[in-house]
Amino acid sequence: MDKFQTFTGVAAPMPAQNIDTDKVIPARFLKTIERKGLGKHLFNDMRYNGDGSENEDFILNKAAYRGAEVLVVGNNFGCGSSREHAPWALNDYGVKCLIGTDFADIFFNNSFKNGMLLIKLPKEIIDELMEDAQLGANARLTVNLEDQTITRPNGEVIKFDVDPFKKHCLLNGLDDIGLTMGNKDQIDGFEGQDDNSRPWMPKIEI
Amino acid sequence: MSKPRTLFDKIWDNHVVRTEDDGTALIYIDLHLTHEVTSPQAFAGLRAAGRKLRRPDRTIAVADHNVPTTDRSKGIEDPESKLQVETLESNVKEFGVPYIPVDDIRQGIVHIIGPEQGLTQPGMTVVCGDSHTSTHGAFGALAFGIGTSEVEHVFATQSLVQKPAKNMRITVKGIPPKGTTGKDLILAIIGKIGTAGGTGHVIEYAGEAIKNLSMEGRMTVCNMSIEAGARAGLIAPDEKTFEYLKGKPYAPKGGQWEQAVSYWSSLPSDEGASYDKEIELDATTIEPYVTWGTSPQDALPITAMVPKPEEFDDEGRQAGVARSLEYMGLTGGMPITDIKVDTVFIGSCTNGRLEDFRAAAEIAKGQKVASGVRALAVPGSGLVKEAAEAEGLDKILMEAGFEWREPGCSMCLAMNADKLRSGERSASTSNRNFEGRQGPGGRTHLVSPAMAAAAAIKGHLADVREFLK
Repeated sequence: MDKFQTFTGVAAPMPAQNIDTDKVIPARFLKTIERKGLGKHLFNDMRYNGDGSENEDFILNKAAYRGAEVLVVGNNFGCGSSREHAPWALNDYGVKCLIGTDFADIFFNNSFKNGMLLIKLPKEIIDELMEDAQLGANARLTVNLEDQTITRPNGEVIKFDVDPFKKHCLLNGLDDIGLTMGNKDQIDGFEGQDDNSRPWMPKIEI
Repeated sequence: MSKPRTLFDKIWDNHVVRTEDDGTALIYIDLHLTHEVTSPQAFAGLRAAGRKLRRPDRTIAVADHNVPTTDRSKGIEDPESKLQVETLESNVKEFGVPYIPVDDIRQGIVHIIGPEQGLTQPGMTVVCGDSHTSTHGAFGALAFGIGTSEVEHVFATQSLVQKPAKNMRITVKGIPPKGTTGKDLILAIIGKIGTAGGTGHVIEYAGEAIKNLSMEGRMTVCNMSIEAGARAGLIAPDEKTFEYLKGKPYAPKGGQWEQAVSYWSSLPSDEGASYDKEIELDATTIEPYVTWGTSPQDALPITAMVPKPEEFDDEGRQAGVARSLEYMGLTGGMPITDIKVDTVFIGSCTNGRLEDFRAAAEIAKGQKVASGVRALAVPGSGLVKEAAEAEGLDKILMEAGFEWREPGCSMCLAMNADKLRSGERSASTSNRNFEGRQGPGGRTHLVSPAMAAAAAIKGHLADVREFLK
């Protein structure tokens, strides 16, 4: 996983509430066995017309927002399916950071596992950032994870909270499987004890 | 005396391998279910890192999302679907994972087969790369959906890094009237608390109405916990749970049965345990429910009118409702029973069990599906199909004009050939009415199996109570 670095990028406004992961990437594009290449299907049914042409009304199809790296989103973005294809598609498109009042739990976790930063802020601040994002190509926000700050186009600095473990993993590009493997002895110990306390647990064979 | 604990607290405490200073814990996973859509990249990750799968004996794989529900002797036509199923087959061989083949009678939707095989048991932690893993909470198991990175993490370590969830209790008092099922209860709950109402929480369902549900009904309720944004749903294990499990292939046997039941009986929440959030509903006033919009929270009694945007206070919600009505091709103020359907789907991990087909057959018996309506009945597993056929439910449904299909996820999410065409409208027993969920441009109304059968016969959304004596 790449390390998360401070960047300044265009922020696109997506104020609709409850944008579900079926909208982020419809199920018919989940038939892949790869993680890469899903960016072209990001927001597919909003982004393209039935004949495959671009829907010019869709925010990411407007000249100012093509290649946006930040999305300022409505409440409960990422609800529904657990598909990690949603963060993969966002990542592949080039989105590095999403900012909203709250996110669906599974989507929130999945995004961090892919090096993306999701920031939760109160509604008043999201409203301001949403207005910033309406400024088009001038809607550039600077996101600094080390200092936990967002710098608005007018120079104002907003502080945000982030889980310390998630921050550590993002800044260092760490995959947490390696970290957990370091606790192998404790997992072995748990299993040994559990075999005694719950001997009826299934041993699956087909 | 120690502090009274909830069912969730107890399961959590029993699975903590280690805890960090900030409360983050490594929790042990007892059972890992896996399917063809969310696992290929996880297996590839293991392979790339040279890692083994830690507990193949606690992992089970089955193909369900991509499988055809028509004649399977010709294999899968769609090359991408075919590749995904073949990839699962080669991965399970390479990593030694128990696998139920597509032509095995036990094949079916992963959330149907876990309980059916007795693999899902009270007090367990159960995960799957699938949000409807919450289904297994009906047994008093902590069961939740995870992404593919976490699937890989469980493959390698049989554990997950998690922060404890908050506790929420939803108490449904009283006994629901005739015609109101577990599906109607959960739609009413989501309609009340909203699609983000459970975010960060594990919901424990309690009260007479929940206790009174069959295990199938409880699974339907827990299944849709994710539609309320909850991490998981839970129902306290009781005699009904034990009765369901007894004799299932992987249920404890001999002396271990008594030992297990004694452990399971210690799991229900202690008297005086505290919850971060409490909600109460009165089941006696809950009518059969239906969704009108493009979020499961857009749920109303069948007797209601389609709402108008201006009936909502919140500005964001008003915009959402206007958009939903436009997508659904509906006008605010029209009676819901005036909505015509051209497709009916009975199946999915929400409502693809034996009880669901019994309920549909009870309504469809001696009736005919309305002309111009395509009606699909898709059992959740080969064993459900076999049991339904043994009771003659297939004949009743086929005589009424339903198609009786092979098991799989099918039209719930349209990854196989079963889908709505743009502009088509379904009454569906599945779990999501999102835009395009059942096919691009398709329109979905979520209902119970009995309500779906009623809609098939009438050709429009209909009140199932008209069919009940």
